[in-house]
Amino acid sequence: MSPTLVILLVASCVAASCALIGSFLVLRKMALLGDAISHAVLPGIAIAFLLTGHRAALPMVLGAGALGVITVLLVELFNRSRRMREDASIGVVFPALFSLGVILISRYAAQVDLDLDCVLYGEIAYAPWDTLTLGGTDLGPKALWVTGSVLLLNAVLVTALYKELKLSTFDAGLAAALGFSPVLLHYLLMSAVSVTVVGAFESVGAILVVAMLVVPPATAYLLTERLGTMLALAIALGIVSALGGYALARVLDASIAGAMATVAGLLFVAALLFSPGHGLLARLLILRRMGARLSGQLLLLHLQKGGEGLPADLLERRFGWSHSKLERVIARLLRSGWVEREGQGLRLTASGAQVLESTGRIELAHRLPSTG
Amino acid sequence: MELSFTARNVLIGATLLGGLGGMLGSFALLRRQSLLGDALAHAALPGVCIAFLLTGSKSPLPLFTGALAAGLAGALLILATVRWSRIKEDSAIGIILSVFFGIGIVLLTYIQKLPAGNQSGLDKYLFGQAATLVVEDLQVMAVLGAIVLAVVLALFKELKLLTFDSGFAASIGLPVRRLEVLMTLLLVVVVVVGLQTVGVVLIVATLITPAAAARQWTDRLGAMVALSAGIGAAAGVVGSLASATVPRLPTGPVIVVVSSTVLILSLLFAPGRGLLWGLLRERQVASRIRRENLLKDLYRLGESGEGGDGGDGEDSWASWPDLMGVRGQSGGELERSVRRLIAAGLLERRGDSLRLTPAGLEAAGNVVRKHRLWEVYLTRRLDLAVDHVHRDAEAMEHALSDEAVDHLEEILGHPEVDPHGRAIPPRRQLRERRTA
Repeated sequence: MSPTLVILLVASCVAASCALIGSFLVLRKMALLGDAISHAVLPGIAIAFLLTGHRAALPMVLGAGALGVITVLLVELFNRSRRMREDASIGVVFPALFSLGVILISRYAAQVDLDLDCVLYGEIAYAPWDTLTLGGTDLGPKALWVTGSVLLLNAVLVTALYKELKLSTFDAGLAAALGFSPVLLHYLLMSAVSVTVVGAFESVGAILVVAMLVVPPATAYLLTERLGTMLALAIALGIVSALGGYALARVLDASIAGAMATVAGLLFVAALLFSPGHGLLARLLILRRMGARLSGQLLLLHLQKGGEGLPADLLERRFGWSHSKLERVIARLLRSGWVEREGQGLRLTASGAQVLESTGRIELAHRLPSTG
Repeated sequence: MELSFTARNVLIGATLLGGLGGMLGSFALLRRQSLLGDALAHAALPGVCIAFLLTGSKSPLPLFTGALAAGLAGALLILATVRWSRIKEDSAIGIILSVFFGIGIVLLTYIQKLPAGNQSGLDKYLFGQAATLVVEDLQVMAVLGAIVLAVVLALFKELKLLTFDSGFAASIGLPVRRLEVLMTLLLVVVVVVGLQTVGVVLIVATLITPAAAARQWTDRLGAMVALSAGIGAAAGVVGSLASATVPRLPTGPVIVVVSSTVLILSLLFAPGRGLLWGLLRERQVASRIRRENLLKDLYRLGESGEGGDGGDGEDSWASWPDLMGVRGQSGGELERSVRRLIAAGLLERRGDSLRLTPAGLEAAGNVVRKHRLWEVYLTRRLDLAVDHVHRDAEAMEHALSDEAVDHLEEILGHPEVDPHGRAIPPRRQLRERRTA
């Protein structure tokens, strides 16, 4: 396998597994718990490393998984003591655990190859050279095995518990009433986050794994209303970010993981602006259209109430409209054939009266400035 | 203690940062913006890199300015995203934090490969290397710190109002929006000051942990801000001294561990709010309830005549197994209750059997009276079914005061029996016995 292909495969596995789990974090408003876990697993990794003496995958995954669950437990303990709110609980727990990890590493593991830079932003470029050997045979890159297994694990979890996860995400009360345990699912999900984080750790590092966990799912969230579609979109967006990031990093000769996060961010901005349903542009258009319609209706109502003389400056004053806006509103109404010109003034047509009749007149009436 | 020049710089820097962070962290904590500082710290990184790319200088001022601008941009983007889209705040913070950081890493690695720029001066902003603090850094920190302190002191009243009731603040004409931006700006300043000392990841702890600890000790904002600044500064002192004396002990993490320890102790022991006191109170109440239940059980065993075999007053003795059977409580719990009741002169023991003393009979009657009167009240006044009132009365008998129960009896017209037909111990009899 060519090194480039290995890197791309590892990055895609990380992106897909993060997107799967991250979608639920985003929907459950727990994105920052994911952030916290991604930092707090550090002491777990350090302890596993100190106990085994080398970077074996399994103990590290176990150590990180345990710390992930401990993080969630601690945050909830603080939370439930009602002495601190959730954001504050998260904000004190993960730096404390992260600090313990840093101290452990710099005190006892400073000479070995578990360095902090790697922990924070990973080094996926080395993935092809670190191969897994079993009984003398070369089984291929270790990172590919690790991230592949994590992806498989997440896929199995989400497929097997799709219905349960969906229900408990959108209606935890109903899920509990139907006999699913939201608490159990919560911890299962959090353990999955921990495992995903540690699987992605060596490739993209602690902070950028957050980018992969949160950004593609949030982008997908802007594009669809359906959970299934959102998961698929998030995975696709994650993989696009991974591949695009690799290309960008090649061009700039810069960090691959950082470039992946950058591309994910660009995709998010694009969705934020241009999403057909939830983009800022679409919302702006809808707002403008609604505003224009309301203005037209107000003018129609005004005409119906006998303001046919229409000295333009009176209307401008009464509605607080500028001259150009008044012109625009009249032009629209003329085009629709709801009013017609009559000398200097305007007159309601039959179809205009009908339109007015069919829209809630009472609702409109109180929006019309008093004609006193 | 003899301190090297570097160690002294670190000490000053860490103390300054701890004080400032604790002070502003109090406001962030109360305004539920604990994690904003985290996002700002990450967002500042690309600013540092861009400033370096533009000016080619590694002196603190341009880098500070870049970090400030980027941090502020990050904060505004978070606010805008939450306001204008369906993205929730937690996701918005996560997105800005990780994407800005990613961009920062890209720029950092890009700079690293430039022929001109070895980045060694920049990556200390990542993990914080307090040891690289130079006098110039300290000067910038001191000036910025003084500005922050002055602003907080000058606008304390306004910030207080903004923190606790921004709606009211707006209604009396305070420029709430501008104050919020000002607060964010101050937060960014402190975060940027902290970047070099404790690094991106741990800044949030210098803000929030001292504030959360201080919150446990006081309900007054002024005291909380001062205490929080004190805890932060003390953690800075301890952390920098520890890392100066113990080899391979990084300053930032030690500071965080110290302030986290203070937080845990505060959560447990702070007067009033401390979890330990709450636990203790709970145990005291539970143990009083167990004692009252034991008195009541003895009273009822005596009433139903199950306590013994009949002859010469023996019927008032109840056996240990009988008592354990009533509520299924453990022998240890029962033993503790019995000892305290004997010490109080309410109970006497003979071998394996127990009996109420006259005083005990009175105390027990009092509990039973509350129970049965409450049952009467529930059935008569609230029309509850007779078989639904017992459980409620089990709880109320421990909560009603003597005065309340006298009043209750009066309202109910001095009933003689409860809804199950059992006699309610009358007050008069109890009082007479007390005087006898």
